[in-house]
Amino acid sequence: MSNAIADVPSSGGAAKVTKINEAIIRIAGNSQDGIQAIGGFLARLAGRSEQEVMTFMTIPSTISGGPSIFQVRIGSGEVLSAGDEADMLLCFYQHSYEDHIKSVKLGGIVLYDADHVTPKPEWQESYRHVGVNISSLTVEAIGGTGRDKGKNIYAMGLLAKIFDLNIPKLTKLIEERFGGKDQSIVTNALNCFNAGYSHSLENLLKTYQFFDSEKKDRHQVVMNGNEALAFGLIAAGVRFGAGYPITPWSDIMELLRRELPKYGGSFIQTEDEIAAVSMAIGASYGGRVAVTGSSGPGISLKTEAIGWAVMAEMPLVIVDVQRGGPSTGMPTNVEQSDLNICCFGGHGDSPRVVIAPTGVEDCFYTAIEAVNIARKYSTPVFILTDQGIATRIEAFKEPNLEKICQDISPDFSDRADHKPYDLTANNGIPQHVAPGTKILSGKYPIATGLEHDELGHPTGSPKLHQLMTDKRRNKLRRLAAELPQLKTYGPSEGQILLVSWGSSEGAIHEAVDRARAVGEGVSCLSIRHINPLPNGLEEIFKGFHHIFVVELNDEGLYGYGQFASILRTRFADPRIRSITKSDGLPWKVKEILDKARTLASKKA
Amino acid sequence: MSETLIVQPAISTTTPPAGERKGLTKKEIAADHPTWCPGCGDFSVLALYFKLIEKRKIWHEKITTIAGIGCSSRFPYFVQAHGAHFIHGRALPFASGVSLSRPDLHVFVFGGDGDAFSIGGNHFNHTARKNVKLTYCVMDNWVYGLTKKQTSPTSPLGFKSKTDQWGAVDYPINPMKQAISAGATFVARTTHTNPNHVLQMMEAAMDHDGFSFIECLSECVEFYEHAFDASNPRKGGVFNEVPKDHDVTDELAAYKMAGEDFPGKFGIFYKVNKPTKNTKENEIVKSFQSKTVGMKDWQILQKNFDRMK
Repeated sequence: MSNAIADVPSSGGAAKVTKINEAIIRIAGNSQDGIQAIGGFLARLAGRSEQEVMTFMTIPSTISGGPSIFQVRIGSGEVLSAGDEADMLLCFYQHSYEDHIKSVKLGGIVLYDADHVTPKPEWQESYRHVGVNISSLTVEAIGGTGRDKGKNIYAMGLLAKIFDLNIPKLTKLIEERFGGKDQSIVTNALNCFNAGYSHSLENLLKTYQFFDSEKKDRHQVVMNGNEALAFGLIAAGVRFGAGYPITPWSDIMELLRRELPKYGGSFIQTEDEIAAVSMAIGASYGGRVAVTGSSGPGISLKTEAIGWAVMAEMPLVIVDVQRGGPSTGMPTNVEQSDLNICCFGGHGDSPRVVIAPTGVEDCFYTAIEAVNIARKYSTPVFILTDQGIATRIEAFKEPNLEKICQDISPDFSDRADHKPYDLTANNGIPQHVAPGTKILSGKYPIATGLEHDELGHPTGSPKLHQLMTDKRRNKLRRLAAELPQLKTYGPSEGQILLVSWGSSEGAIHEAVDRARAVGEGVSCLSIRHINPLPNGLEEIFKGFHHIFVVELNDEGLYGYGQFASILRTRFADPRIRSITKSDGLPWKVKEILDKARTLASKKA
Repeated sequence: MSETLIVQPAISTTTPPAGERKGLTKKEIAADHPTWCPGCGDFSVLALYFKLIEKRKIWHEKITTIAGIGCSSRFPYFVQAHGAHFIHGRALPFASGVSLSRPDLHVFVFGGDGDAFSIGGNHFNHTARKNVKLTYCVMDNWVYGLTKKQTSPTSPLGFKSKTDQWGAVDYPINPMKQAISAGATFVARTTHTNPNHVLQMMEAAMDHDGFSFIECLSECVEFYEHAFDASNPRKGGVFNEVPKDHDVTDELAAYKMAGEDFPGKFGIFYKVNKPTKNTKENEIVKSFQSKTVGMKDWQILQKNFDRMK
């Protein structure tokens, strides 16, 4: 509750209400306790209240059970990251209490289930402890069936009281969530919630109230990154996909499997990752750009087929929801270590497009952009997202779907003549012509992975291999020239430029705000187009003494992270250095600033 | 009604009504001269594919020929029509992507024994069990030809290759048994030395609504000469057709017949009608779309977004 400003007497009289503009609440329990549901309710409520919200969760990669957390940061102003330190910890077990108390800021509130947690005397001084018998009171609230299922909703009632949340809106959310099921479930849930809300918190005198946030011109929608990405693909006109289950990509394939039939499409679960990419390429060849996706290990398996799509110049969208690697690695943790495989994975010279969305909202728009680039340049396009974005919930301005949704039905009209690998027409950027199309010249195209002539027939010509290689590379250079010019966040000149890609954007923005607030010359630049890079970066770099690339991967043998290595290769600029880590967790703003300050004091 | 994925291309403006068009001639369908060795069995399969196109009046724009990697997989280059030459072993999932998104096309996949049963073995089983509507013709020569004589998954025990100089030691795959047990709904066997029979099998496969598999013996004169002499009456062998009284819906009888010693029988071993993957996916689409009649795509998506507010 940083920036708690005004204490005002509450209408009730006794307790004081403190006005706040944001709160970071960490909920810790076990994975089957429904703590993600509380987080989801809070996030959705924030969305409906025109507040900003961002969540962060960890789930165990075990089959059932295990410690799990859900952190939600709600604010009346801009929320850029899930937050470094929590204002409040809601903990259900002794281990949740002991493992997470250090994530609470000094003086913060620890709300614990007194049925399971025994507070430690040594922590009583530093944190404000509030015990409630959450489990037994839940059982009581739902009529003493002996089970504490619903304690998450009871706890949400407590939070609603403490943060003076909008009760009619929350009640409606509970009814929506549990409606459609047995009426007794809704009744039980509301009983739990009301019991929690009515519980007297005698030893916690203060309650809090969020400042009103700015009115927004459109409603907000609340979803996680995987949902935004999948819906973006649908809006873009994708109607076919194929995949194989792997965490954290599976949500996307499940959603597309469920939703695409409504639009006349389908998503196929295949026997393996290779079949998935092959089937998607086959459907693209059929005339309409298709999607496949996976997480790290699955991407490794798909690389040969992706090389074919580069060679055959076939549009395709590949989603990589990165997780901790290598090998099976850390399936439920965040890491940005698949950049190299997406840009360079595969044999031969096979340039491809890689775009990294920076947040949940950006997932939606990146999906559309990827589809359009794949079609325009007839090439595979990677969407390089990660576990952090995939599972975090954000509220964002509802897109104007009527305007955005596009029809990409294939054009089967007759062609007088068609060369699939025409070296001269349209600057060497071919357009795929699908089977079903009559070619009046009688010369039909072959899509091929062999080096080929302009019609797709195999050639061993040294000249043609050179020309075709040039063509495949040059079309991406043309794309680079069309990408929007970037701007720094913060002044265009200063001491340090923090550069990020993908999900680290919010954290570096917040780092800039904090550094600027104490007079440090820090700006940042978030790059979405990883391959090809947009033009003009060297001009931006000129304005700074240090360029620090912030990414969640290893510094490698030579001391530079994966993106930093690409930038160093591209610009041969020794000022480009690396800030990396591999702990499977998202950046904390403090970590970035500490590392940046240390690095700035060392010579490049 | 929202747009569907399954878009039927408009009838070409320059296409006369089907009745008036003549079947394409070999000259119109032949593309590159095949790169196969003189005497290769694959020539005969290609010639009969041309014959099929001509006889059944399949138009250029509707022909989709797909292959993976291997000698026989060069096939699409020799056909003047839409085609794709994909990567090793993955022709079936690629072709499934075409078939499932383009029900207006009948996809033909050609390949060899290495492509089908070694590197692509998993896809063979799963495409068969899913009953994806397409025809898969495997030109089985019992050897790797493109890489010049290594053991293939169908090489018989004792076959001397560059990778088994003392004779193959691994038990070979029986493609017919494999297809039947994987759940293929049309399983036939033929040989390149009997052109009429090859054409018959191709036609029956094309007419089958489901995954149709043909094992076509196709001799490699360079690296496995005389492999199939025992099935060729002109070389002193016997060509025995599947007996007239064989019940093609009897899975066990088909499996038993597949286990006969070489040269065995030729013809349709197994054929049953089961709903295809294509049909099933289409049924899912229909049931969903009945709930969104009259809605534009953006309106369907809007309903999702409304629930996320």
